[in-house]
Amino acid sequence: MLVVGELINASRKAIGEAIKAQDKAAIQKVALDQWEAGADYIDVNAGIFVGKEADYLTWLVKLVQEATDNAPCCIDSPDPKAIEQALSVHNGIAMINSISLEKERYEAIMPVIAGTDLKVVALCMSDEGMPETADERLAIADKLINDIVKNNVPLDNIYVDPLVQPVSTKDTFGLEFLDAVEAIMKKFEGVHTICGLSNISYGLPLRKVLNQNFAVMAISRGLDGLIINPLDKQMMANIIIAETLIGRDSYCSNYLTAYRSGKFE
Amino acid sequence: MATIEDLSKYVIKGNVAKTKKLTQALIDEGAAPLEIINQGLIAGMNVVGVRFKNGEMFVPEVMVAAKAMSQGIEMVEPLIVEGEMPSAGKVLLGTVKGDLHDIGKNLVGIMLESSGYTVIDIGIDKAPEAFIEAIKEHQPQIMGMSALLTTTMLHMKDTIELMKEEGLGNVKAIVGGAPISQDFADEVGADGFAPDAASAVDLCNSLLS
Repeated sequence: MLVVGELINASRKAIGEAIKAQDKAAIQKVALDQWEAGADYIDVNAGIFVGKEADYLTWLVKLVQEATDNAPCCIDSPDPKAIEQALSVHNGIAMINSISLEKERYEAIMPVIAGTDLKVVALCMSDEGMPETADERLAIADKLINDIVKNNVPLDNIYVDPLVQPVSTKDTFGLEFLDAVEAIMKKFEGVHTICGLSNISYGLPLRKVLNQNFAVMAISRGLDGLIINPLDKQMMANIIIAETLIGRDSYCSNYLTAYRSGKFE
Repeated sequence: MATIEDLSKYVIKGNVAKTKKLTQALIDEGAAPLEIINQGLIAGMNVVGVRFKNGEMFVPEVMVAAKAMSQGIEMVEPLIVEGEMPSAGKVLLGTVKGDLHDIGKNLVGIMLESSGYTVIDIGIDKAPEAFIEAIKEHQPQIMGMSALLTTTMLHMKDTIELMKEEGLGNVKAIVGGAPISQDFADEVGADGFAPDAASAVDLCNSLLS
């Protein structure tokens, strides 16, 4: 399971303010907390700062890597110039979040990732709108995966995000997403699937519980990446447990290690 | 005997079948069509709006209540003489160019309709020109724009500027969506901002009062 820590996002109030105030310590604490909690990548987003996004994003990458002894970042921006600038200071292999089939975004991001060893989130969205069914998601994923591979990015570096939509607005949205995960993982052996979860619970109370359970359900269908808050201990415990139960934990060793280190308490 | 108060209760419960059945019974008994709508169907939905705002009811409950209300209204509408159907005002809604999100916008539309507004929804991914054209065609008092992305929210400014250039500055422009704040609304010259769908109704009420 690849966990992307989602907390350093400028649209979260505390982070937006810390970026604006250039508060290094605040950002570095959030970075280190996520890294120590088990995040594999630290997402950085400065999207709300029009005109300054590139500089802020670069600043964030430097801070995160300084605080965590070079944890890889997930660079979260639609702007190729901002991404390139942030990549120029990044150590190791970054992840780019994200490319999609929307023409403008596709044309902006493809040149950034083509022929590189960057990892990339491929979001199932096109100019036709948001996919609602598993088949619509699979059709977009098919085209995206093939196009990205043709641009010399190995399948193993592609993380397809089938796009979670709120189950509060249509009761089939959860199931269609889960079916899409399974279909994508079966059809394109070697590719990965990833998603942010919080959309699933929009409009409902106790969102955290819905998110935690939905993560488990998605893992059981083959999902192997999550963009989440790694400081949510129950979520992190659920992920370990789900992976053990689905057969991704040889001799249950991760489960037992986590048990001994008190992660289930 | 069925009463108009019962009708409100079925709307609040989101019981579409019973709402329809009771609406028909009230029509058959000769209740005044406008009373069925205002005291029954919309009154129920008003309660839902307040509870939603207070965090006591949730999105799916609002949606099914709105469905009950609108199916009831559909049954009563043919009995109302044209021009007699009351409207709190006309609001045009759309999501800005490059942005495909519609859930928030649709919720705002539901809440406004439930409060007696006439809502014209022009859909997603609408360029400033499309908003202007629709404003000219429908002549709303209020134009609401939705954006869920930091990359698309700047189109709000373009639309508001174009409205002014086209002499449509008398139409109130309101904005909303996850990345939108009051500061941003002020910056782009909007007449109002609401953080959620229920507050959008209050905002429209105060802009038109």
